[in-house]
Amino acid sequence: MALPIYASTTQRVWHYSYLTICGLIFFFLIAPILVIIPLSFNAQNFFTFTPEMLRFDPAGYSLKHYNDFFTNSDWQLAMKNSLKIAPVATLISVSLGTLAAIGLSQSHVPGRRAIMATLISPMIVPLIISATGMYFFYSNPYIPIPFYGKLYLPFTLTGEYWGVVLAHAALGIPFVIITVTATLVGFDKSLTRASAMMGAGPVRTFFRVQMPLIMPGVISGALFAFITSFDEVVVVLFVGSAQNKTLPWQMFIGLREQISPTILAAATILITVSVILLLVVELLRRRSERLRGMSPG
Amino acid sequence: MAPTAADNAFVEFDRVQKSYDGETLVVKDLNLSMPRGEFLTMLGPSGSGKTTCLMMLAGFETATHGDIRIGGTSINHIPPHKRGIGMVFQNYALFPHMTVAENLAFPLEVRKLGKSEREAKVQRALDMVQMGKFGGRRPAQLSGGQQQRIALARALVFEPELVLMDEPLGALDKQLREHMQFEITRIAHNLGITTVYVTHDQTEALTMSDRVAVFDDGRIQQLAPPDELYEAPQNSFVAQFIGENNTLTGVIKSIDGGRCAVQLDSGEVIDAMPVNVSKPGERTKVSIRPERVEINKSRLSPDAHTLKAEVLEFIYMGDIFRTRLRVAGREDFIVKTRNAPDQVRLQPGTTIEIGWLPEDCRALDA
Repeated sequence: MALPIYASTTQRVWHYSYLTICGLIFFFLIAPILVIIPLSFNAQNFFTFTPEMLRFDPAGYSLKHYNDFFTNSDWQLAMKNSLKIAPVATLISVSLGTLAAIGLSQSHVPGRRAIMATLISPMIVPLIISATGMYFFYSNPYIPIPFYGKLYLPFTLTGEYWGVVLAHAALGIPFVIITVTATLVGFDKSLTRASAMMGAGPVRTFFRVQMPLIMPGVISGALFAFITSFDEVVVVLFVGSAQNKTLPWQMFIGLREQISPTILAAATILITVSVILLLVVELLRRRSERLRGMSPG
Repeated sequence: MAPTAADNAFVEFDRVQKSYDGETLVVKDLNLSMPRGEFLTMLGPSGSGKTTCLMMLAGFETATHGDIRIGGTSINHIPPHKRGIGMVFQNYALFPHMTVAENLAFPLEVRKLGKSEREAKVQRALDMVQMGKFGGRRPAQLSGGQQQRIALARALVFEPELVLMDEPLGALDKQLREHMQFEITRIAHNLGITTVYVTHDQTEALTMSDRVAVFDDGRIQQLAPPDELYEAPQNSFVAQFIGENNTLTGVIKSIDGGRCAVQLDSGEVIDAMPVNVSKPGERTKVSIRPERVEINKSRLSPDAHTLKAEVLEFIYMGDIFRTRLRVAGREDFIVKTRNAPDQVRLQPGTTIEIGWLPEDCRALDA
C-alpha cells in the first residue's frame, strides 16, 4: 500500500504510525512462538539462552532434545496416539460438519439458526465446561427417555480411544460448519437444479456437482479440525487416560513433573507440522480454484 | 380427470393454481395445452407468474391445485430428475469444475451410455451449436455467447422431447441476442422438439414463437400467434404490453355490430372496432398502433372521423420518422412514418389532421 503523492503531512504521519502498529502486533503474536525454535536446539537442559548460544558458538547447539523426543517411549506413545486420534476425529468432523452445513444452508429448515448455534457452541463455551460435561456423560452414557428415565448404555467412553476421538470430533465440527457454510454462500443453486434436470438424483448431484465445488471449504475445515485435535489438552485430560495420552497431554505432564527442554523440541515439531499443513492446504485450495476457473492465477 | 384438451396435446396445464404462502395465488387457474413440436413463449412482466409456471413444469415447484401433464401422464408426483426435460438456465448453470465436453457428457453418463456413444453424441451436439472445437475448454474460458451455446447443447444432448428455457438470452448484448434467437428457433424446429421459452422481452417472444402466452396477474391474458397478438390484442393489458401503442380514453356512444363510436374525454368522437366492450355508456381505452395512424387526409375515406393534432416533436430515426403529437388533450401520441421519398417531415408547431381505419382502432376494456 503506497502513499499517493498528494498525501498531506498528517496522512504521512498516520501512514507510518499505522505500519509501525501493524508491525508491533505481528511481533507480539509471533515472537513467543519463534523464540521456542532456537531454544529447542539448546545443548544444555535449560529453558534460557546460554552464553554459548548468544555467541553463536556451535557447541551451544545440539539435537539432543530431538533425539530424546524420538527415543523416549513416553513421547513416542504420545505421538503415535495423536496420529491415531486426530485423523479419525477429523474424518468424523468433516463428514458430519459438511452435511450439517449443507442442510442448514437450505432456507426451509425450521429453526436453522438455533441448530447452528447449538452445533457451534463447543467453540464458544469454555473448554473446561465442555470437558467436564463430556467427562460425566462419557463415563456413563445414557439415553433420556420421557416417562421412563435414563436408559444406560452398556459401555463407557472415558479413558477409551473412541471417547477421545468423539470428543475431538465434537470440537472440530464447528470449524467445518463455519468454513463450509462460507463456501456455500457463493454456491450457485441453479447448478444443482441443472444437475437434476439432466437426470442426476440427489446423491449423484451431491458427489459430482456440489462436493467438488465446496471442496476448498471442506479442506480448510478439515485442517482446523485436525489441528484442534492435535493441539487440544483440556478435553483429553478429562476424557483420555495414560494409555491414550496425546502430544499436548505429554507436554502438559512434562511441564509439571520433569522440566525437560524436550517439550521445546516437541513444540517445534508441532509448529512445523501445522505450518506444512497450512501450506499444503493453501496450495490445494488454489489449485482447485484454478481448476474451476474462478481465479485467473 | 378426463382429458380436457385435444388428443395432440403434449404438455397440458389443467386448472393449475400456485400459492407460496397459502393466501395469495401467484398462478390463478392456468389452462394451457401445447401440441408436440410447438415453440411456445411465456411472456409477461416480472411477478406475472410465468417463471413459476416454468418451475412447476421443471418440478422445482409443486402446483397447489390442478394437474400438469406431459404426454398424457400427470407429472405432479415425479421428481425433476425423472422428468427427462431439458433446461437452459438464465445464468447457463454450466458446471465450472468440468470441461465443456464433461458438462455435455454428464446427462449421458447419468443415462449409463457407453463411452464411444457418449463421445459421438457430445461431438454432434457441439457441432450443432458450432462449438465443435471447444470440448476441452472450461466454461470460465468462454465468452457469454459461447457459454450460452454450450448450455443449449447440454440441454439438448440427451435428446429430450421437451426443453425449457428461462430467459436464456438475458445476459447477451443486442446483436448476439438477435443471432441466438435465430439459432435457437432454427435448432428447435430442425429437431422437432417442444419448447417452452420464458422471457420478458416482447421482441424476442414475437420473433421466436409459434404461439405466445401473455401473462399478467397469474393468468394468461392472451394466447395467440405473434401476428394476432400484435394486431388483435384482446384486452388493454396485451395492447399496452406488446409493441408501442397509443391509448385514448372515452365512453362508448353507440355500438353496432363491428363498429362503435367512442366519445373521447376531450369531447371528440371517433370510430373504433369493439373488442371487449358491449354496451353504450361503458368506459373504454381505445388503442391505435403508431404505424397505423394516417397523417395524409387524402388517403382517408371522406366520411372518416379525424382528430386535430399539434406536432410537438419530430425525431429522425433513420428508417422511420417518429413524431410526437398533442391529440385529444394527451401529449404522448406517437406517429411512426416510413422514411419514403415522398414522406413529409412534420414541423413542430404545425397543426394537422389525423385519422385511421376503424378496424385499426380497437376499443378495449378501461
